[in-house]
Amino acid sequence: MMLQRCLDDGPDFLSEEDRGLRAINVDLQTDAALQVDISDALSERDKVKFTVHTKSSLPNFKQNEFSVVRQHEEFIWLHDSFVENEDYAGYIIPPAPPRPDFDASREKLQKLGEGEGSMTKEEFTKMKQELEAEYLAIFKKTVAMHEVFLCRVAAHPILRKDLNFHVFLEYNQDLSVRGKNKKEKLEDFFKNMVKSADGVIVSGVKDVDDFFEHERTFLVEYHNRVKDASAKSDKMTRSHKNVADDYNRIGSSLYTLGTQDSTEIFQLYCHIPLFYFSQQKIEARVSADEDLKLSDLLKYYLRESQAAKDLLYRRSRSLVDYENANKALDKARAKNKDVLQAETTQQLCCQKFEKISESAKQELIDFKTRRVAAFRKNLVELAELELKHAKVTGIYFCFHFRQLLFHRIIEVGLEGTL
Amino acid sequence: MAAEREPPPLGDARQPDLEELEDGEDLFTSTVSTLESSPSSPEPASLPAEDISTNSNGPKPAEIILEDDREDLFAEATEEVSLDSPEREPILSPEPTPAITPVTPTTLVAPRMESKSIAAPVIFDRSREEIEEEANGDVFDIEINVSDPEKVGDGMNAYMAYRVTTKTALPMFNKNEFSVKRRFSDFLGLHSKLATKYMHVGYIVPPAPEKSIVGMTKVKVGKEDSSSTEFVEKRRAALERYLQRTVKHPTLLQDPDLRQFLESSELPRAVNTQALSGAGILRMVNKAADAVNKMTIKMNESDAWFEEKQQQFENLDQQLRKLHASVEALVCHRKELSANTAAFAKSAAMLGNSEDHTALSRALSQLAEVEEKIDQLHQEQAFADFYMFSELLGDYIRLIAAVKGVFDHRMKCWQKWQDAQVTLQKKREAEAKLQLANKPDKLQQAKDEIKEWETKVQQGERDFEQISKTIRKEVGRFERERVRDFKTVIVKYLESLVQTQQQLIKYWEAFLPEAKAIA
Repeated sequence: MMLQRCLDDGPDFLSEEDRGLRAINVDLQTDAALQVDISDALSERDKVKFTVHTKSSLPNFKQNEFSVVRQHEEFIWLHDSFVENEDYAGYIIPPAPPRPDFDASREKLQKLGEGEGSMTKEEFTKMKQELEAEYLAIFKKTVAMHEVFLCRVAAHPILRKDLNFHVFLEYNQDLSVRGKNKKEKLEDFFKNMVKSADGVIVSGVKDVDDFFEHERTFLVEYHNRVKDASAKSDKMTRSHKNVADDYNRIGSSLYTLGTQDSTEIFQLYCHIPLFYFSQQKIEARVSADEDLKLSDLLKYYLRESQAAKDLLYRRSRSLVDYENANKALDKARAKNKDVLQAETTQQLCCQKFEKISESAKQELIDFKTRRVAAFRKNLVELAELELKHAKVTGIYFCFHFRQLLFHRIIEVGLEGTL
Repeated sequence: MAAEREPPPLGDARQPDLEELEDGEDLFTSTVSTLESSPSSPEPASLPAEDISTNSNGPKPAEIILEDDREDLFAEATEEVSLDSPEREPILSPEPTPAITPVTPTTLVAPRMESKSIAAPVIFDRSREEIEEEANGDVFDIEINVSDPEKVGDGMNAYMAYRVTTKTALPMFNKNEFSVKRRFSDFLGLHSKLATKYMHVGYIVPPAPEKSIVGMTKVKVGKEDSSSTEFVEKRRAALERYLQRTVKHPTLLQDPDLRQFLESSELPRAVNTQALSGAGILRMVNKAADAVNKMTIKMNESDAWFEEKQQQFENLDQQLRKLHASVEALVCHRKELSANTAAFAKSAAMLGNSEDHTALSRALSQLAEVEEKIDQLHQEQAFADFYMFSELLGDYIRLIAAVKGVFDHRMKCWQKWQDAQVTLQKKREAEAKLQLANKPDKLQQAKDEIKEWETKVQQGERDFEQISKTIRKEVGRFERERVRDFKTVIVKYLESLVQTQQQLIKYWEAFLPEAKAIA
């Protein structure tokens, strides 16, 4: 039924718990000057509409509290406007949220609908519920990702003042930013290729500053390893889910076996493991959820580390430009031609480079702080939840064991383990 | 197992225990409440007198086992003895029947309280172990181990030889402990002989493990990888279970072929077991013919018990197959999970290495370690899932096929009897015709033939009754064995679950402070 509501034009409310998703990835300070969140979201056939809610005491805005509806493309437009803005070259641009992708989930639901005739009513209902829950989970996640982006911008001392950002928050009409068409996407592709090639050349230049040299080495390696870890974590999640499903199936089989059997004791021996299997199923699901959270964290830092790398690239680029400008100035002075122009260019390059270096240093330090905090929070939560569940399961198992022993159903051999 | 049960005190000393049982809280409200009957008030209805007679389903051991050990013993012991006496004698000490005959089944059963006081002093004359054995059903003093798989020969003619060790105190064997070397086809040969001898009279002969051309070829070719060692181990365990099941059967244990298999150092090679041999092809043809026959025989089932049981076995077969498939899927996914967890652990360790914040780096390395340990646990659990559950289910699916086979034999027996009757009728008609036609010489022949067929009809009827009786007993035995086997496996499985759980707790508990220490 959740699915229906998702697919209809009805509202969908996000609980407090879901807002917490934001905190997992980024430990941000929110202050009264500007608070942004996504208060509501609606999933239609092929797009998601986010209700962006702002609370601000800044004089820039007409009201203190207001909301607008935005779609994914508008977020991307905002992100790209930051990237293209030369003034922000010295900052880590918060990574753009990934596109909402319900294709896989929708496909599964469709397959389920087609296969309805071949399974029992209960199986069908159960599977439908599970797929709906999955859909809902993906939905919540995409909302969280979009919210994190906005919060990062709002928390950044410089970016929060950006005019485009204010327009994004306040302008209650459609921003008319359509998604990129094929030609533009192709242009982007080439741009990226050029950038990577350039990046290779530029990264060959050894940095005079130890701090940046270290950061570059670190980020390149870190980025690759985070990518790897996130992929492996995904695989683990899938495996855990498969195991959970298997336990589910075994549980149902045992149940049928037990209820149909004539021997009562056999019934009992089917019902006992049933409890354990359902508990195991729950545990496997919890593990899958935790793996997923870890995956999400890793993926987020994959994107952020890329943004940090981009910053370093921009700095290197400006360093190269500065050095080139120096050479040009020397040449001009030697030839005594266009010296003023060369001087101006050189000065601009110098200023740009120094400005970027200064802010980049702070940005990278902040990045580290954020990263460490986010990982800490996630790892602590992971351990606490796994522990809690393992204990619950353990107590559950032991308790049942005692019961069974008490009723003299199982032989004495197990007393040693309790 | 017998030693662990303390002899229950007679009479009133028991009562407090029963009350404890009643008052104790239990979580199994749905299952236990249905099975729990108030122990202090006897329920004659639960053990109707007819249960003890040979025509019944067999009693319900379930309710009894749940309630009181002592009642368990008595109820089972009585029905065991009354049904089995002829076969039992050579194996157990010849005391049983006299102990029971003074007390008729009905009085023993009806008011349970009375049965305790009447039967108790009488049965307690026999040794405790014997009663235990009977109550548990078919526990004989013989232990079989299959071990030391050894490759003999090279290339496509190579085979695996297994050591079969027997430890026994039974008088029919020459020694107390002995071992022989056997190959897989020897086991198949044994099964084939036993099946030919016993299945058509209604005994459920445990089936031998399946052939596997793929598996064996790998071994022959000499691939020393984990899958072929796994295959050999799987086969060894299956062979062991096969022999253990076979020797548990009181009738089969008596068989000379079995004894020869266990004892003699040299065994004639069972060539007829090869799939592509002449005998193999003949077997296939016979199987096909049987299948066709089965479809055409429409038996007039006079006994509802058989119809019911056949249906039950069909259901059980289906359910077990489904369960087996699910368990195999679980084993497969667990292995995958294990591999993925190991890969993630390595990846997390790498990430930890590159992380330049010391505490976080350490925490990530710790996470990697925890995940690695958990991977180990997953592997062990997969092992448990596999060997305990999956193999047992496979065995039972094959066993049920044997049970179905036995039911089919009964049908064939019935058919034979019916055919004899039809032939007899024809002969009688022929005789009547000859009488009218007045041909004295042929008449005598006809009369002789009638006599012959009358005997055959009688024999047919006797055979049919005998096989029916044997099947009932065998099915009862099968059900008990099934319960016992599943109980053992489930208990072991649950044990492993508990241990895994405890380990998991330890690992995460150790990791948590590391995570919290990230400053």
